Amino acid sequence: MPDPGNNQLNSMTNKPIRLSLGPLLYYWSRDQVFDFYTQMLDLPLDIVYLGETICAKRTQLRTDDWIELAERFAANGKQVVLSTLALLEAESELIRLRRLCANGRFLVEANDVGAIHLLEGQPFVAGHSVNIYNGRTLDMLARQGLKRWVFPLELSAETLAEMQDERPTGVETEVFAFGRLPLAYSARCFTARAHKLPKDDCQYRCLDYPDGLALTTQDEIRFLVLNGIQTQSARSINLIRELPRMRELGVDVVRISPQSNHMQSVVETFSSVLRDETDPQQAAERLETLVPTGTCDGYWHGGAGMASTHMPAAPAPG
Amino acid sequence: MDLVCPAGNLPSLKAAVDNGANAVYFGFKDDTNARHFAGLNFTPAKMQQGIDYARRRGVKIYLALNTYPQPHGWERWQSAVERAAELQVDALIAADMGVLEYAATHHPDLNLHLSVQGSATNYEALRFYHEHFGVRRAVVPRVLSISQVRHLVEHSPIEIEVFGFGSLCVMVEGRCILSSYATGQSPNTFGACSPASHVEWRETEQGLETRLGGVLIERTGSGENAGYPTLCKGRFSVGGHTYHAIEEPTSLNTLELLPELQASGIAAIKIEGRQRSPVYVAQVAKVWRAALDACTRDPENYRPRQEWMAELGKVSEGAQTTLGAYARPWQ
Repeated sequence: MPDPGNNQLNSMTNKPIRLSLGPLLYYWSRDQVFDFYTQMLDLPLDIVYLGETICAKRTQLRTDDWIELAERFAANGKQVVLSTLALLEAESELIRLRRLCANGRFLVEANDVGAIHLLEGQPFVAGHSVNIYNGRTLDMLARQGLKRWVFPLELSAETLAEMQDERPTGVETEVFAFGRLPLAYSARCFTARAHKLPKDDCQYRCLDYPDGLALTTQDEIRFLVLNGIQTQSARSINLIRELPRMRELGVDVVRISPQSNHMQSVVETFSSVLRDETDPQQAAERLETLVPTGTCDGYWHGGAGMASTHMPAAPAPG
Repeated sequence: MDLVCPAGNLPSLKAAVDNGANAVYFGFKDDTNARHFAGLNFTPAKMQQGIDYARRRGVKIYLALNTYPQPHGWERWQSAVERAAELQVDALIAADMGVLEYAATHHPDLNLHLSVQGSATNYEALRFYHEHFGVRRAVVPRVLSISQVRHLVEHSPIEIEVFGFGSLCVMVEGRCILSSYATGQSPNTFGACSPASHVEWRETEQGLETRLGGVLIERTGSGENAGYPTLCKGRFSVGGHTYHAIEEPTSLNTLELLPELQASGIAAIKIEGRQRSPVYVAQVAKVWRAALDACTRDPENYRPRQEWMAELGKVSEGAQTTLGAYARPWQ
């Protein structure tokens, strides 16, 4: 819906914010993954991150499959970035990482400093699991080839403003603006643990939880989500209201993170706000109805990540 | 293998030195280190006293400067690097690339260690820190199996230090923001996990409840011990079962792996616990000194002695210990 109010993003002097689709963080069946990306192919996304970032055992899609998907998106005019594992321990994981880093065709998102080492001298993106908390770090990485960085999830808009002031030229800033928040990584697989299975014989239980396995407190508050070796927030971050502020701060890209349902509506809602066709407030309310367990935006406002400035302070009821 | 012991204050530092530490690590009294707790850490005067005490006894001193500065706090970290250089510490333990680069550029003689908060789990990452900042040792996250540790040491350009004993992070250090999700403060930003200022204890009809940032972490019945509500060690429900869904309250104890760690070429064993008492530091340092000496003398016949295990059990979280990620079943 057009809105004549003061949220006219394109009327500002800065260039328009582009929309990215983050890497798929869950383990879906091969068919489900291909169906999902086929649906995404024609949506108003500017950048698509592809690849397995959580667990090397997730092999419904192999590297070649991801590259095939990458070619399809590239042919459709999207910028493609190949994402890499966040937690690298085994040599087999490094071997796969080297192949991705040397692909020679697509930009790569480093989600670990090991990947940055392999990408030095060529352009790369640093994901949110690389700790970039100050301008000096940004500057250091820019000298190695950093072209875009994802702002750390736990930092505030105030810190973002400071970082933008210190940002070296030629480096773009991306903000994780929608989806369940990746909060931690472990050697332990919590999904296997929930099924009393050893990690070595996990029976691929992650396939049963397309948006992760819910963890609730003893007073039945939905608090976290187990996604294999990753722990996520139960609430989805929703920063669509903040797009005007992000424009002022010179943010280049906003990232939305895949979920199993309503993704087309999520993409269209973001795109519509970015084109000034929907009021951010209305869009935020719409997104509330599309997430699995409520929303949060506390980090952006400098508080606890789970807090929501538009909902009661306590976590969402289960 | 060197024994690296925690010093949260001067009495702990003395306890570590007197009981066989080869090195002690400590931090300044602010958020520049990952044990930013009330009443802990060193003022400049106490620090000088501690350094003198350790030096006279041939024990090295490492300074932990291992949190991540944001632009508005940068000067505090910069001046901490300056003070570390003035104090001529034997190593500065840092995590942030900006801090590492500043130290490497302005104080090339300052020996740099990568903190566990730097989150390096593979040798490609270690090469990065070595090549760019001249880092000479890394403390690696508690996520690697013993064979992965061996492989890492084989390919690493720098020395490797591993955790041997103490409270256990089940998550990769430096990349866990569970604490700030519930409280707004994390090890990276504030230097503390599950900070005490956000803890509530409440007696209810259902039992004693402990909350962190308002989130119920544990509810204990009568007779059960209520531990500190570290977020990842709470009891939660998953799939209808209530259990320690992430990790039990337990401590890492690798005493029985010493011969393997030694054979793999580990440079140093680190003891966790700057927030613990001088008594803890003395007990743990003493046991580990005896064990390391025994293992060095005769690695083939080395076995952890019953009394060592009992002594460490007494000071462990939840009075339980685990081999952690070093042993496959734990994973």
